[in-house]
Amino acid sequence: MHDFTFHAPDSLSGALDLLAEHNGDAKLLAGGTSLTTLLKQSLIAPDHIVSLHRVPGLDSIEASNGELRIGGLVTQRDVETSPVVKEHAPLLAEAYRRVATVRIRNVATVGGGIAQADPAMDPPPSLLILGASVVATSTRGERVIPIADVYADYYETTLEPDEIVTELRVPAQPSGAGWTYIKYLPRTEDDYATVAVAAIGSVEGGSIADVRVALGAVAPTAVRASVVEEALTGQTPTLGALREASQAVADIVDPTDDPRGSAWYKRDMSVVFTRRALEQVLGVS
Amino acid sequence: MTTTPVRQTVTLTVNGQEYTREVPTYRTLVDFIRYDLGLTGTKEACSVGVCGACTIELNGRIAASCITLAVRADGADITTIEGVADGDTLHPVQEAFINYGGFQCGACTPGQIMAAKALLEHNAHPTEAEIKEWMMGNLCRCTGYYQIIESIQAAAEAK
Repeated sequence: MHDFTFHAPDSLSGALDLLAEHNGDAKLLAGGTSLTTLLKQSLIAPDHIVSLHRVPGLDSIEASNGELRIGGLVTQRDVETSPVVKEHAPLLAEAYRRVATVRIRNVATVGGGIAQADPAMDPPPSLLILGASVVATSTRGERVIPIADVYADYYETTLEPDEIVTELRVPAQPSGAGWTYIKYLPRTEDDYATVAVAAIGSVEGGSIADVRVALGAVAPTAVRASVVEEALTGQTPTLGALREASQAVADIVDPTDDPRGSAWYKRDMSVVFTRRALEQVLGVS
Repeated sequence: MTTTPVRQTVTLTVNGQEYTREVPTYRTLVDFIRYDLGLTGTKEACSVGVCGACTIELNGRIAASCITLAVRADGADITTIEGVADGDTLHPVQEAFINYGGFQCGACTPGQIMAAKALLEHNAHPTEAEIKEWMMGNLCRCTGYYQIIESIQAAAEAK
């Protein structure tokens, strides 16, 4: 493994100062489950690592004004098991529950996962349809970025090198709406998905009032299927309507061939699992 | 780029005993435990946090020591397989793995025991589905898993 200087500041301001000082030459380490793997495989070789394990105050989960506020250093396991999260956004708890294994979720953090921006991670599709936003903090101040504007490409975000993800904000899920997270994978349950679909939907007076759907693992970032949402809103929820609308997903995904499936298979399965997710959340069978 | 490794002092508690060692910053926790402390019960197999062989307890929760830096664990409280038995008295999970054939070659067993022990501390009477979900991150190439599940069920009943 490459040689690096390891910093363990005991405050957020200390961490921000170090990032500013070594701008572009330092990597942040939170839980470390992704970063340490990249280091071991020599995929990254930073001269400085700034670890956040001594930084206090970024590990709480709170609900206020219909919004969840989750500290950047909250572990993925704590999101999964939080009664507050389960009450306000059960989809979010379920999405984090499906990440890897308990051994990883015990350590991996919310902020670390967002900054890693692996498009095959489980939370991103749910974060997109819940309308989450991210608080990025640097010595220059704070900015709040909609999650859709954070993800830029495979493992790339619009976060600046001197910024830390200090908070994830998630509006409460609409109560009474159907929701699902389908992780389709032919291998073991702890693997990355071949295709992942998150959806929320509700029917009022016989027509579709609210429908939201996003996919993971089938494009350089998680993608929201706005074209499906627009086609279905106001429609009568029938199997035929869902089948027809789901076809549009084939044109918005951009999968690659890998051991989890070929590109054409993932494209086909994106359509199939979008339809199944919509059937579930809209109560169509 | 420096030519000699950057070294740092790490102080942590393993199985109730405090250790201080100076190590390269890139030292993984599993290597620290095995080579710097000589506690070779913890195994490294996949090296990428997937197989579960290196499972330890880090500040009360199981973690993958192969993808944890030793310097990040500075100040931590760690339990390894060597700290599970009480002297010569085996932990109920260890007893059950022996009595129910929960292992053959033994390479994955320390990780299996650490994970199973954590499961029963979190959920004293797990269903079979809960055992499978919790233990899916611990791979075994010998037993076919059924005896591991039976061992954990037996340990839960013995408690």
